[in-house]
Amino acid sequence: MKYQVDEKGYYGEFGGAWIPEMMFTNIDELKRRYLEIIESEAFKKEFDQLLKDYVGRPSPLYYASRLSEHYGSKIYLKREDLNHTGSHKLNNTIGQILLAQQLGKTRIIAETGAGQHGVATATVCALKGIKCIVYMGALDVSRQAPNVKKMKMLGAEVIPVHSGNKTLKDATNEAMRDWINNPEDTHYIIGSVVGPHPYPDMVARFQSVISAEMKKQLLEQTGSEFPTRILACVGGGSNAAGAFYHYLDDEQVELIGVEAAGKGVDTDETAATLTVGTPGVLHSSRTVLMQNEDGQITEPYSISAGLDYPGIGPLHAHLFKTGRAKFLAATDEEVLQAVLLLTQKEGIIPALESAHALAALDKIKMNPDDVNVINLSGSGNKDMETYLNYFGY
Amino acid sequence: MNNRINQLFERKKENILSVYFTAGFPNLNDTVEIIQQLEKNGVDLIEIGMPFSDPTADGPTIQRTSEIALKNGMSLKVLFEQLKTIRESVSIPLVLMGYLNPVYQYGVEKFCQKCNEIGIDGTILPDLPLDEFEAEYKTIFEQNNLHNILLITPQTSEARIRQIDDASEGFIYMVSSSSTTGAGKKVEDFHADYFERIQAMNLKNPRLIGFGISDNATFTNACKYASGAIIGSAFVSSFSEKAKIADSVAQFVKNMLNPA
Repeated sequence: MKYQVDEKGYYGEFGGAWIPEMMFTNIDELKRRYLEIIESEAFKKEFDQLLKDYVGRPSPLYYASRLSEHYGSKIYLKREDLNHTGSHKLNNTIGQILLAQQLGKTRIIAETGAGQHGVATATVCALKGIKCIVYMGALDVSRQAPNVKKMKMLGAEVIPVHSGNKTLKDATNEAMRDWINNPEDTHYIIGSVVGPHPYPDMVARFQSVISAEMKKQLLEQTGSEFPTRILACVGGGSNAAGAFYHYLDDEQVELIGVEAAGKGVDTDETAATLTVGTPGVLHSSRTVLMQNEDGQITEPYSISAGLDYPGIGPLHAHLFKTGRAKFLAATDEEVLQAVLLLTQKEGIIPALESAHALAALDKIKMNPDDVNVINLSGSGNKDMETYLNYFGY
Repeated sequence: MNNRINQLFERKKENILSVYFTAGFPNLNDTVEIIQQLEKNGVDLIEIGMPFSDPTADGPTIQRTSEIALKNGMSLKVLFEQLKTIRESVSIPLVLMGYLNPVYQYGVEKFCQKCNEIGIDGTILPDLPLDEFEAEYKTIFEQNNLHNILLITPQTSEARIRQIDDASEGFIYMVSSSSTTGAGKKVEDFHADYFERIQAMNLKNPRLIGFGISDNATFTNACKYASGAIIGSAFVSSFSEKAKIADSVAQFVKNMLNPA
């Protein structure tokens, strides 16, 4: 259990709940009640049922034979892209909407970058008939028009955020401000393993279904629960947290997180937080951040709107610091090549975010008998315009 | 130890006017003049805002002034340099208000020592919660005669208010309603029952009411329930390119205390 959150909400030196007093009552209630609620039989029954019948779980673990042949090592894809709404995000929003109902909340807010978490939140709000407001950076609103329309069609109100760089960080600030202004009736569905305790732990638990299934599927397909390594992309880090969760204490399994290098970790246009960042406090969590020497947060860049966040979940900061997980970074260019390779070798078009994990296959040494699991966190449907423009089809 | 905040509350029990401004706004080097003019015009306490890129507890006005201040080149290093000799001309209590991360990067201990050296009396750091403060920083603050001012809101439970009261030095910052700063909730929206409930608790610390105080009417109303009130967004919005700092500060404070 050495990588689990402690009683005060810390992973080693990272985490905690650095909240203004205006958020105390809500966070304190969550902290006191989340475990009791999500571990109750009634909750588990409804959560599991929805994951099965609504999300479409378990998601397949697919042996990618032509990709394996290309790399000379065994590669399995955990197909989170096949979930309803096209990514792993729904695992968390299903969990949190059920929790919000238990807490008696009648209004849901969320932040979104690429729109995947926004769509997943709008979806569960439609499912439960609860009012939904999604904050989205104005720049992302224009970059991700189809997802904006989808959220509206699902009945959500999408509020463009014009402060700062007009991306994910600014949308998160605005969602927090909304919560401060509406402390009684509102639950904030954070989309990743970031923010104040208990969010990182709560979201990791909801996403941990990914590695729970992986263990069973690997046992069936390879005869062992334990792969050689697991690779997942990391922005805030929710899909990686889910893919690593049940293997954290199995130290023989190598865990690799892949950040967005953007145009390169040695340029100003990057989102590789662990490579270029330093410890600090943002969005109520002590973690590793991209910031200048005065402690002002700097603007991240990545071709993938889902990874361009200047922080990282405190669990990952801890895994990095302790060396339990290794973190690599893939550039926009490498990622686009990885998209094309998977598309043409396996007939699967991955999301830009997920393709960061695929791109890392070129950066590691693999033996022929190694079992490599890639968490394919999302589908490329949302990125078709980028792909068509870049590849020129 | 002698702290100017305690002296103020010993001397004055009502109608205390505290004003917040963002350091580095409207121009980088206006800091000292704004402080001097506020004191000259009868303000009792000043909160000097240390701008941060991501002010999550603040509304649009302070977000905008912070953004401009940062573009103007404001940082803690620059601010401390500007304030180096402030005690030669200003004697009212001065409090630094801002978010934790810039302080954290500067070094909390070094920050506290610098405050002491300059003659800063307190801090308001909304994202430094009580338990983290007590566990990690309380001793350093005490050693430097620096009061860390804590907030309460309409949602804060009675037990927690007692806990905050016990841990507080100087005064308690009472957030008027559930909101970010400058959210535009009006005097009629103030929860008189909340104010009365807190008044009846007989806390050991005096209270100043902040958030949503924008004119003489809201100020006067808030003063009925506490030792005074805090004005931020309305003050920073009062600067204009045409008016001199001295004139706009004088006009603003006059309107706040004795409107025509």
